[in-house]
Amino acid sequence: MRLILHKLKPYRLLVFLTLVLLFASAMFELYLPSLMSDIVNKGIGATNAAGEVVGDTGTIIRIGAYMLLTSLLVSLTDFGANYVAARSSMGFGRDLRGDVFRKVSSYSLHEVDKFGTSSLITRTTNDVGQVQMMLSFGLRMMVNMPLNLIGGIIMAVTKAPSLAWIVAIAMPLLALVVVLNIKVTTPLFKVMQTKLDTLNRVLREKLSGMRVIRAFNNVDRERKRFDDANYDLTETSLKAMHRMTLMQPLNMLIFNGAALAVLWFGGWRAAEGNISAGDLMAFTQYLMQILMSVMMASMMFTMIPRAMVSINRIGAVLEENPSIDDPAKPISPSEKIHGKVTFDHVTFRYPGAENAVLEDITFTADPGETVAIIGSTGSGKSTLINLIPRFYDVAEGSVKVDGVDVRDMRKNDLRGRIGYIPQKALLFTGSISENIRYGKPDATDEEVRDAARIAQALDFIEAMPEGFDSMLAQDATNVSGGQKQRISIARALVRRPEIYIFDDSFSALDFKTDAALREALRPVSRESTVLIVAQRVSTVMSADRILVLDEGKLVGIGKHSELMESCQVYREIVASQLKEEDIA
Amino acid sequence: MNGNNTPPKGFDPKNMPKNLDPKKAPKGFDPKNIPQGAPAVLRDKKGNPIVVQSKYAQKPGARRPMRRGGPPGRPGMPGEKAKDFKGSLKRSIVYIGKFKWALLLVAVLCVLSSIANIFSPRVQGLAINVIDRAFRTGTLDTAALLRWILVLGAIYVASSLFSFIQQWTAIGVSQRLVRTMRSDVDAKLSKLPLKYFDQNTHGEILSRVTNDIDNVSNTLQQSMTQIISSVITLVGVLAMMLTISWILTLVVLCITPFYILVVYVIAPKSQRYFVGQQAALGDINGHVEEMFTGHKIVQAYGREDESIEEFDEINDRYYTYSVSAQFISGMIMPISRMLGNTGYVLVCVIGGMLVSNGMLPGIGEIQSFTQYVRQFNQPIQQTSSIANTLQSTIASAERIFEILDQVEEPADIPNAITIERPQGAVKFEHVRFGYTEDNVLMEDMSIDVHPGETIAIVGPTGAGKTTLVNLLMRFYDVNGSRTVTVDGSSYPVSGGEVKINGTVYKVKDGAVNIAGRSYPVEGGGITVDGVDIRDMPRSNLRSMFGMVLQDTWLFRGSIRDNIAYGRPDATDEQIVAASRAARADHFIRTLPDGYNTEINEEASNISQGQRQLLTIARAFLADPEILILDEATSSVDTRTEVLIQTAMNELMKNRTSFVIAHRLSTIRGADLILVMNHGTIVEQGTHESLLAANGFYADLWQSQFTAAHISEEDQERM
Repeated sequence: MRLILHKLKPYRLLVFLTLVLLFASAMFELYLPSLMSDIVNKGIGATNAAGEVVGDTGTIIRIGAYMLLTSLLVSLTDFGANYVAARSSMGFGRDLRGDVFRKVSSYSLHEVDKFGTSSLITRTTNDVGQVQMMLSFGLRMMVNMPLNLIGGIIMAVTKAPSLAWIVAIAMPLLALVVVLNIKVTTPLFKVMQTKLDTLNRVLREKLSGMRVIRAFNNVDRERKRFDDANYDLTETSLKAMHRMTLMQPLNMLIFNGAALAVLWFGGWRAAEGNISAGDLMAFTQYLMQILMSVMMASMMFTMIPRAMVSINRIGAVLEENPSIDDPAKPISPSEKIHGKVTFDHVTFRYPGAENAVLEDITFTADPGETVAIIGSTGSGKSTLINLIPRFYDVAEGSVKVDGVDVRDMRKNDLRGRIGYIPQKALLFTGSISENIRYGKPDATDEEVRDAARIAQALDFIEAMPEGFDSMLAQDATNVSGGQKQRISIARALVRRPEIYIFDDSFSALDFKTDAALREALRPVSRESTVLIVAQRVSTVMSADRILVLDEGKLVGIGKHSELMESCQVYREIVASQLKEEDIA
Repeated sequence: MNGNNTPPKGFDPKNMPKNLDPKKAPKGFDPKNIPQGAPAVLRDKKGNPIVVQSKYAQKPGARRPMRRGGPPGRPGMPGEKAKDFKGSLKRSIVYIGKFKWALLLVAVLCVLSSIANIFSPRVQGLAINVIDRAFRTGTLDTAALLRWILVLGAIYVASSLFSFIQQWTAIGVSQRLVRTMRSDVDAKLSKLPLKYFDQNTHGEILSRVTNDIDNVSNTLQQSMTQIISSVITLVGVLAMMLTISWILTLVVLCITPFYILVVYVIAPKSQRYFVGQQAALGDINGHVEEMFTGHKIVQAYGREDESIEEFDEINDRYYTYSVSAQFISGMIMPISRMLGNTGYVLVCVIGGMLVSNGMLPGIGEIQSFTQYVRQFNQPIQQTSSIANTLQSTIASAERIFEILDQVEEPADIPNAITIERPQGAVKFEHVRFGYTEDNVLMEDMSIDVHPGETIAIVGPTGAGKTTLVNLLMRFYDVNGSRTVTVDGSSYPVSGGEVKINGTVYKVKDGAVNIAGRSYPVEGGGITVDGVDIRDMPRSNLRSMFGMVLQDTWLFRGSIRDNIAYGRPDATDEQIVAASRAARADHFIRTLPDGYNTEINEEASNISQGQRQLLTIARAFLADPEILILDEATSSVDTRTEVLIQTAMNELMKNRTSFVIAHRLSTIRGADLILVMNHGTIVEQGTHESLLAANGFYADLWQSQFTAAHISEEDQERM
């Protein structure tokens, strides 16, 4: 809540204005039924000296003019309130959304891992939306509800004190019914939602497994699975909705019962001369206003917990600070060295984890060298190279690029030297050339083309109807996995970086493309350092140096032939991929 | 006594917000009302027009929320128009025909409760008159008051009861209709050829089954009664008012045009801004999703600032649109209230004068009229949304019918031949195939596979190796059919028989013997054990095959159920034996619940390699004669890879195997190698013959070594 108040600060004037306007509007509104009863009492019901009803047209018109004026004021204040409320709540939402986005953009991978990408997406979109909605709804409610409630009660009691007890009974009764209704149906609707999820899941599984299902002749079984889920969902929906329908006559009973009571008891009071027909009409109107407010209030209170959850989720994001930031006094590496990577007794563990992912890793990669890293899943290959662009910080030891500890460099300075190609090609919505230019915004068409050529992407790009201007859909669903990977490689190549980092980027490519790509890469990377993480032995064999990782430890380092002699783990990996029979 | 802002006497539960979802659009906004393709011209601070256009253009079904009552990113975009409104409407009516009696009941009850609601203000007015007299005379006509109160009470009870039963029934009908529709669509899906699923995205199909069906049912549940009650109320209230006073009726009618103006001028205007708002919101979501998913790349390439800049631009656009949308749509309420109040005042003023002149019996009549002003104008406000709702509902129904109209997979032929003891001999005879007629992938392909042989399929990624699977399993049928030409006319061969002029002749050794003359069977096809696969029941054909593909498919359920998928009646012993053979038993037993471990949806609780072992176990248990294997083991760690290889070798023993091969040992040892490129088979032969041919295969083979430089020395060490 403090967070909300803080973020609302720039809008305090608008919010204040909203409250004032809403207050005015509610007051005018409350005045209307009273005026109406005046028309009836003093105008229509005006009596002459003999006590006969003659009506007083002048009074009727005068009060009628008042009423029109009042309702005009209601509308005008409503307009105003509506406008400032929209400005402040939407503006607040925009600012909050922007803050969350900025914050997440500054996160290191560590914080992203902590929250999870999908959770961060939900927090930035849905949760902010929830809070924004609550604000625009809540502002109105905060003013209207108590005013209508309290004002309504005061007015009702003054109009007809002898009937006030009807309000006293109907009000709590209605609140009880509404809350009960929500209490009973909400869990049912939750169950309904999970059943709906189940049905969708069954259908999704069915669509993705269509071939397997048919291959195993299980069409009928799947039909039954769907029908069961379908039946289950229908039964639950029926139950939930019927339950809700059951509650509605109760609401109506209270509203209508109260109205009938007013007529009956009002009749008696009228006969005693305590209440006029006009007052009775006004009273009924206030009564309805009160009951509506009670209903809205009961609903509102069930909404608040949900909004609070969103506020807390957003708060958590905003309060988390990135663990990796630019140093206070950044050092720029000397201009003479280009692409030297040094690991000096590096140990890394994820925060809170007991075991280190990497332990005491030391090696150097010099410009012009190709260093490959191999090891089984979980051996720490990807973690190792993630330390170079400073996606994570080491726990002990240091990682140096061009002789400077990466923690002493400005992040952009460091990352500007690196061409990073992730395992899973991540492309963005936009044209192919835009995607390649992501690596170097000011690249010429020639440079883009050249990068695509080296990445073995030129052929398929040119085969596309619009060539480099072809648009990639979201998640690049319109190109194949291998093609995506080649675009992603071109994106790194266009930078002509000092350091290339291939994080298992070749596994989506077939042998032939893989080989051709590495062949084409050779002249380009002559002056650069190339780090390759790979699963395939054939990919790493030709490297100048191979690092063999096993459970976070460096168990072998050297050329292929040297490792075949000295490193047991390496031999095992090679053996598993090239079976003995292949030699025969 | 009623007037401006209070609920009408017969408090209508339908007006009560049913779903307290705060994500719901603000009041006055019905996403169904958004006209399509009407970009609002909005200007930013610099006065440049902002065009409503989504960068993250919604691919059908891709981004639609898959939930009930979701935010306005609704089925088939708001206000989508049906292609053939009349036809689809007629069909929808026929479709819901089986509920006609229940629907009739709903309609009748709706009429009754609307009528009851029309009478209640009149009776209230009469009661007020009694009270007014009591106030003036000091004596209460108890009998009269009691009478009116009883009548009013009866009306209330009747109206509640009618609307209660009506809603209860409507819910029942719509839910059952949804169930029937879903079931019909599902039944249809199970009969559609694979082609349909390859051509339509899953998201698109899912969206039709969930969102579109929901849309139809919601209309049935709510909008239908809304239409009926609107019409009844409009007519009934008008009649009622005329019986009380034609002058006051005229007064009320004077207000109506203004209502219409508000509804048809302001509402559409605000909806344009809502379209812009929705598009901007879609862009925000798209951008956030993309940037957060690509966080690592954004950082690696130092593009955080650009990303924030773009976000701010979209965020500002969203703000500008939503403020306008909120403001304009927010105007509707105060304006119509203002109109309501004006009508109310006019009724009071003119009514008051009429009472004074004795042209109206009493103030009770005025009271009735103040309520009729409201009741009469409310349906007018609703009509604008009804038309749009109907449009989008019919569009939804049309999309559902589109599925139901798809051409089904041809049924098994009546005289289908079942092979009792399959051997696993597979023959391709002059097969011609293409996914479309103008893109033929196989022109005239023939291969002859004897039982127990291994066929390796090699080629670059994306070479269309699944095509072979599709043909073997009859997910797709080969082009053309087998025929026999007798005396210049050709007769189709089906089920090993050909019918010529009423006489059935058996096909023997690829020919038909008619009156001592032998006519050869022409055209191609695939045979298993000598029988054309089109002549077999699909279930018989498919039970001979086992598939282990790289794209492992597991469903949510226990490991046991997943393994037993091909043989639901398998005993525990058989399941364990199959797992042992598949080298999966060990890892299964290390899991917390062993064979009862639940595999979750993404199967993220077991590794990719383990998933593959499970599908191998599944194949072992099914014990097929013919195998289709995908050897690729990328992203599998070394140890598991060894297990998978051993298990696969074990599985291939004594079975005819089609292997999408990645391993040198398999390729070399294969009895036949099919080399595929660009979806078609470019070469076939044994390893030696293909190397000797020095073609595509030889090239492919060499490429594995050029970069790797495996020396003889290395190989000896292994």
